[in-house]
Amino acid sequence: MTALSDVSTHAMASARWRISEVAFWVLALACAFLFPSRYLIMTDIVRLGLFALSLDLILGYAGIVSLGHAAFFGVGAYSAGLLALHGIINEPVIALVAAGLVAAVLGFLTSFLVIRGVDLTRLMVTLGIALLLEALAERFSDITGGTDGLQGIEMQPILGLFAFDMFGKTGLFYSLIVLFILFLFARRVVHSPFGLSLRAIRNNPLRAAAIGIPVNRRLIAVYTLAAFYAGIAGALFTQTTALASLDVFSFERSADLMLVLVIGGTGYLYGGLIGAVVFKMLQELFQSITPQYWLFWIGLVLVVIVMVGRARIHRWALFVPNLIIRQFAGRNAAAVPEGDAS
Amino acid sequence: MASILTNLFDGVAYGMLLFVLACGLAVTLGLMNFVNLAHGAFAMAGGYICAVLVNNSGWPFFAGLPLAFVGSAVIGVALERTLYRHLYARSHLDQVLFSIGLVFMSVAAVDYIMGSSRVFIKLPAALEGQIDLFGVGIGRYRLMIVVICGLLTLALQLILAKTRFGSRLRAAVDDPRAAIGLGINVPQVFAFTFAFGCGLAGLGGALSAEILGLDPYFPLKFMIYFLIVVTVGGSSSITGPFLASLLLGIADVAGKYYVPKVGPFVIYTVMIVILLWRPNGLFGRTAAR
Repeated sequence: MTALSDVSTHAMASARWRISEVAFWVLALACAFLFPSRYLIMTDIVRLGLFALSLDLILGYAGIVSLGHAAFFGVGAYSAGLLALHGIINEPVIALVAAGLVAAVLGFLTSFLVIRGVDLTRLMVTLGIALLLEALAERFSDITGGTDGLQGIEMQPILGLFAFDMFGKTGLFYSLIVLFILFLFARRVVHSPFGLSLRAIRNNPLRAAAIGIPVNRRLIAVYTLAAFYAGIAGALFTQTTALASLDVFSFERSADLMLVLVIGGTGYLYGGLIGAVVFKMLQELFQSITPQYWLFWIGLVLVVIVMVGRARIHRWALFVPNLIIRQFAGRNAAAVPEGDAS
Repeated sequence: MASILTNLFDGVAYGMLLFVLACGLAVTLGLMNFVNLAHGAFAMAGGYICAVLVNNSGWPFFAGLPLAFVGSAVIGVALERTLYRHLYARSHLDQVLFSIGLVFMSVAAVDYIMGSSRVFIKLPAALEGQIDLFGVGIGRYRLMIVVICGLLTLALQLILAKTRFGSRLRAAVDDPRAAIGLGINVPQVFAFTFAFGCGLAGLGGALSAEILGLDPYFPLKFMIYFLIVVTVGGSSSITGPFLASLLLGIADVAGKYYVPKVGPFVIYTVMIVILLWRPNGLFGRTAAR
């Protein structure tokens, strides 16, 4: 067997759908039917999961640490809001894609700044872009509504058939379908040769360049894609809540997002989704203990996770599930990600 | 003409303040290569220590300043010994997450203890008002900041360049392994430097309460400023961050005064242009490390 075919069989094997993955989506759909009183929080989780998936594409797969991913979320949110408010594109699905494309254009333009320089410069540039956009949105308050946010957004029915209801049922199923479609696409991308080359870049950019991977072009491509995803997440936020305010750009949103991804695990697509569920539960818990100071506990969680070690925590958390999976599916099956980004 | 000079002076004072706040970060981030986003939290700690001593215990302002330095340095060394030193060798992502966690904890803790409103430090009467120098109005408080920060900068430069400790630090930063081999106690040097940087941040925090405003969200609000100073200034010496702080201070004050409509964007634009032109900072060395 040649080395090349060995690589491709390995890649194809890891791209195959596993039982645990099917179970995950069935469970997600079941939750949507089982808890009709919890539509709003579940929509929140789905949205956050999509947003975390977007960060995972650049952080977990390409190794770019971003402190300002909320920039694209915010641009998507305001684009969707403005499109609906002025009646430019009334159909939500087309507006969603349009908002995502606006964010992608911004991602493409800023990616040239981001790929220059080292980690430190990237931190500052990503944070700076988000802050700049927040300041812009505040300054041009005649367009964005300033600190009051965009008000009076009325969403038309999806595809002209499904109207948004006040309980959020349509919103949840709409978000879930969008998430699933985008997830399928992301899954295809990360298992493709393109995705493999991204992992090579994350592990060692110098070696990746030496074996002929165009490092900068790959980073620009994935950064643009991630911006598109984040824009869609932001647009979903506006469409399901009929609201867009300045806090879509806030630093806390970007920082929370990192926590979401770190809880779930970087470098595998379910990390963001699982992290979103756990994060929202933690948030509910902390807010019920100390409504005003839950930020403290979120900070403590971050510190503890880092001090104990991310890989170790995931091993502990997955110990029991892996034991069960091995019982049913044989020795090598496991829900553990094959490689955690470091 | 006079107003230009007054603004220039305000910008210089602002820039020098930023330098004192951020130069500790220039060492940990630029030299030790540790991404410490929680640097502003130490500045805030210094500010609040000074505020409590001056406002509640009735200490004179000039006695509160050294204590702000000492208090922040003690907190800094305690955290360095217990938490930070385990993370020197970890990835940047871990360091970012850890320090963001610290920032969140400090914000919520200060909010809980001191309340969320802005805190003012009572100033002695001698520091209020303006003096007239050749027709240029100069705030007394800002003049004091320029004097204190200027002296500190000189002292730092002398310590780094002339003293035995300075040469140990430079050796430890350039090549920790070789430095250990030469018998330099590298962890001790790093711990001392870290504490000193935190102390300076605390002093800066106490001085800045009047100009930048002191509230629990201080570390988040000024995080980007500190990062700009360090990335634009580069890490080869303390002159780089110093000039970067002055540039940032003057650009920010001038931007807010002359073009108030686009004021906040001036510094971001300057930052982006500089980074397009010199990705490793104005005075940075090449990205070898």
